[in-house]
Amino acid sequence: MTLAYVARRIAVFFLVVFLAVSINFIVPRLRSTNPVEARMNEFAQQGGGNAANIKQLIAIYNEKFGLDKPLWVQYLNYWRDVLRFDLGTSIAFYPGSVRDEILRAAPWTIGLLAVSTILAFVIGTILGALLAWPNTSRLFSVFVPVFMTLSAIPYYLLGLVLIYLLALVWPVFPTAGAYSTGTPVGLTWPSVLDIGKHAFLPALSIILAGIGFWGLGMRAMMVNIIGEDFMVMAHAKGLLSRTIFFRYSMRNALLPQVTGLTLALAGIMSGAILVEVVFAYPGIGFLLFRAISGNDYFVIQGVTLFVILSVGLALLILDLLYPLLDPRIQTQR
Amino acid sequence: MRTVKRVAHAINTNRMLVVGISLIAIVILFGIVGSGFVTRAQADVGAGRPSRPPDFQHLLGTDQQGRDVLANVIFGTPSTLKIGLIAGFVGVAVGSLLGLAAGYWGGAPDSMIRVAIDVFLTIPNLMVLIVIASMLSGVTIEQMGLIIALWAWMWPARTVRAQVLTMRERSYIQVARLNGMGSFSILYRELMPNLMPFLAASLVGTVAAAILASIGLSALGLGPQNEPSLGLTLYWAIFYGALIRQLWWWFLPPIVITVLLFIGLFMTTAGLDRIANPRLRASV
Repeated sequence: MTLAYVARRIAVFFLVVFLAVSINFIVPRLRSTNPVEARMNEFAQQGGGNAANIKQLIAIYNEKFGLDKPLWVQYLNYWRDVLRFDLGTSIAFYPGSVRDEILRAAPWTIGLLAVSTILAFVIGTILGALLAWPNTSRLFSVFVPVFMTLSAIPYYLLGLVLIYLLALVWPVFPTAGAYSTGTPVGLTWPSVLDIGKHAFLPALSIILAGIGFWGLGMRAMMVNIIGEDFMVMAHAKGLLSRTIFFRYSMRNALLPQVTGLTLALAGIMSGAILVEVVFAYPGIGFLLFRAISGNDYFVIQGVTLFVILSVGLALLILDLLYPLLDPRIQTQR
Repeated sequence: MRTVKRVAHAINTNRMLVVGISLIAIVILFGIVGSGFVTRAQADVGAGRPSRPPDFQHLLGTDQQGRDVLANVIFGTPSTLKIGLIAGFVGVAVGSLLGLAAGYWGGAPDSMIRVAIDVFLTIPNLMVLIVIASMLSGVTIEQMGLIIALWAWMWPARTVRAQVLTMRERSYIQVARLNGMGSFSILYRELMPNLMPFLAASLVGTVAAAILASIGLSALGLGPQNEPSLGLTLYWAIFYGALIRQLWWWFLPPIVITVLLFIGLFMTTAGLDRIANPRLRASV
């Protein structure tokens, strides 16, 4: 790993932060009217919250953005707040801060996505490897069109169909939420079971869509490996078929898959917005959806900024660690 | 004659492409032919009684606000495709220009474009699109396409750059250079024709990604609200709890059309990839 590579990668990260913060600053100011005040007035007219709260919010907003000050002062102030992770106050949960809302929602997203991404990876990779293996039964090849279909369908549409089939027509699973309102959330058996039951359908829709992606990728890699000379050698040595499958071909084909897995895990925060919306799952995506439908402007900005920064940071760490894990990676291009 | 033979051969060997294009054609035809059977007015609020199951007057029933579901899907399909095509063409045009410039000239333009690609790829497109769309009060189909195009140029740029890098040092380019051909004619006459299969594959891929983003944005309630689109139909279905109330005629049709469209786009991309990338032909 060269110093130039590290420097370039860190520079890219700071550019991502700079671009994200600047977009959040500039876009609202492109409109001639003050969008936040307009939205807050709309909100007041709809009868949400009392007038005093709204006034206070507008005051906070004006102080925070200092619209009477020159643009560059506003811009610097915006940066100061972002660096303090001060993302403003939610309109819908006044006086709750946007930061607290995000921190409350993030664990649900991380839990759901981490588990389902890893499960999809494991199942898809094994099935994909078996698909490419010459000794596998021909019947197994029905999985190819199935994988293609699954990987082409947006996972939230799969979620809608799953809700309809497994929560309504044949009601085995709950339709929405992450836990029953009666059960206190904690590390007790009933609570864990309850959470698992609620997470099952959202997880299944992500897993089904993911299996196709991982399966097709693994199959393509395996097909290449099987043609390699060392495989002929392994067969000639009379090694057990099982040994060749696991130790020779799968192990070699795994590397790009693992790279893909780490990328997918880095993107967790941005991964499942619409699944959460469809299942009313109380994670980051659902928070964002409620903010959009309630015109909760600070929450929209806060969540998007948080997601962009967490994805950017995760990718930075990954890119810096990866050359250490795989010495074959050429960092100099 | 030779081209006819080659096309026939391609159809025989590249079933994936044929099935993919046919699926897309079916979806497009559904939009075109369908518009002869329903009127645009039926796609608007109050065209029939609310939340009615299918009958002869409304073949796919009506939604909560009395819109005819069939009319919505029929008029929503072309507008969804239009968003995808606008974003796809703009994205591929901008991306391939940047990719050509980066690959051909190298040096400072190349490093700048590469950093820009990396930065834009790191930022999840949906996040920025949400910020932009939530600040605009109502977007049109065309604006939606252009907004999505902002985040649609990176993959084409990267693909084209990589291809140009491998082509730049080939002998036919050297010969052209020695013949005194200018940079632009080399780009236009020597590189472009060879890039065509890659551009076609990345166009289809970009259109697919743009349609995915547009349906996602619309399903979050951030798309064009005055024109029917597949995403908007889904948004209303989620908004009014069509699922819980088991109004299948409302939420299933947009899902079916969207799924057919995505499978078609996926297979077309895979088929074109096989033409552009001969290494894939033997193995799969």
